[in-house]
Amino acid sequence: MKHESIETNAGLLIVLTLIVISIGGLVEIVPLYFIDSTIEEVKVDNKETIRPYSALELRGRDIYQREGCYTCHSQMIRPFRDEALRYGHYSLAAESKFDHPFQWGSKRTGPDLARVGKKYSNEWHVQHLIAPRSVVKESIMPNYPWLMEPLKYKDIADRMRALKMVGVPYSETTAEYEANVKRFGEEIAKKLNILHAEKNLIAQAKTGNYDGNADDITEMDAMVAYLQMLGTMVDFSKFDEGHFADFR
Amino acid sequence: MSSEKTKPTVQTTGHAWDGDIQEFNNPLPTWWLWTFYATVVFAIIYWVLFPAWPVGKDYTKGVMNEITYTTSEGKTKTTHWNTRSLLLKEMQLARESQAKYLKDINASTFEQIAADEEKSAFAYSAAKVLFADNCAACHQAGGDGVIGYYPNLLDDAWLWGGSFSNIQETIVKGRMGAMPGFKSRLTEKQISDVSVYVLSLSGDVTDASAAKRGKAVFNNDGGCTACHGADAKGIITMGSANLTDKIWTIADVTGADTFDAKKAAVSDLIKNGKSREMPGWKDRLTAAEIKMLTFYVHQLAGGK
Repeated sequence: MKHESIETNAGLLIVLTLIVISIGGLVEIVPLYFIDSTIEEVKVDNKETIRPYSALELRGRDIYQREGCYTCHSQMIRPFRDEALRYGHYSLAAESKFDHPFQWGSKRTGPDLARVGKKYSNEWHVQHLIAPRSVVKESIMPNYPWLMEPLKYKDIADRMRALKMVGVPYSETTAEYEANVKRFGEEIAKKLNILHAEKNLIAQAKTGNYDGNADDITEMDAMVAYLQMLGTMVDFSKFDEGHFADFR
Repeated sequence: MSSEKTKPTVQTTGHAWDGDIQEFNNPLPTWWLWTFYATVVFAIIYWVLFPAWPVGKDYTKGVMNEITYTTSEGKTKTTHWNTRSLLLKEMQLARESQAKYLKDINASTFEQIAADEEKSAFAYSAAKVLFADNCAACHQAGGDGVIGYYPNLLDDAWLWGGSFSNIQETIVKGRMGAMPGFKSRLTEKQISDVSVYVLSLSGDVTDASAAKRGKAVFNNDGGCTACHGADAKGIITMGSANLTDKIWTIADVTGADTFDAKKAAVSDLIKNGKSREMPGWKDRLTAAEIKMLTFYVHQLAGGK
């Protein structure tokens, strides 16, 4: 076919352009689904330590997305020395395998949050989310005072079911629960049980007391629970330093 | 419109738009074409040297491009080129270039670090970066803290002690500071009296009789001495504040203009209490890093 006949036929030109452009994406992405080492195996005592979010953390993740936190904060520490020194161990593919959608991002107006969990106290997070400049004078982050409003959680089971449909191992049947016990251990399997989602959510908010007030359950409880969990599921001291490099 | 002026002198596509707009049909410039061929050759060389093509469940790893690194645990490994191993190699080189200094830091006492110019310069500049990354979010970039939330590290007052070993322990283990609220245990009047007494300890003497009543509550009903000590100077093992100096870390007394405002700030704290948490850093920072930070924080407060 002469290029003249392609250039003078708009429909054909569009179709062929789309095919050529998509090759660039397809050859980079599709093989990753088939290569064994794409997602690292992270097991301690034969149990997976990277788990789906608990009910409360999941609500926090939803609020994180609702407020558009991802537009300024990435959750992806790249394997560079400067990032390792500032943020900690590079992110593993496995650490976001239960994220739908993933929160990697590529724009850092604020710092990366992939390992922000346990770095600051709950009180700091609450104060910082309500009024960032009261703790970091030079911050340009907006205020989020409305996070102190009550959390709506009646639909938590449906939210978990929706994620289950795309492959997140929340359990509803006894068989699914047993499979989770085998995979993650009993303690985690309980957190992933959709049938007890609301009960678990309330219990975690009360005992965790993330917003400094144990009597109510606010969006702040969910948000801080989510932030304090980020990047904490892998205990890197349990693995050799070169262990995760072997997957590449 | 004259047709002579648009007469083609080179080959065109033979189509005219809008009456007289024509398109040349020239071949690609030679320099462009050869640059394109060069990129193709570059890609082929790259495929050979670096991980590139998926093959079944694996992929080509590249040849003649190996990385040999030693982990901090001392294991040496040679592997095909990949960014994670490259990072480990970079970390190894950095570790080796800093090893001499870190060894010195680990082997020295705080006093020796302070006395040696080279050691203290290394510790100070390393810790300054660590402080900005890890501590400044709460204690502020300059270490001046936020009243009501995070203690000022520049002054002479230390809730948990200001010696090297105290500061080191605080960073390693973290601290939980808890001032309980007394609104259910004391009456409004008692709280008011205690507030007057507490303010009088640092020189704000107004109502002597109220202060005297407050003192009685402080020592008896309130049980304040259990944490703040009989002399109200605080007990560093409990992290309780010294109430006799003019330094206030939670109640914003220095920011209040009138005595009533000062009293309100103190009463408020006595009523509602305040819990504060300093996280522990032993899992995030190495022993040498914590040692240098300890030195830095100690220096911030004047090094005494």
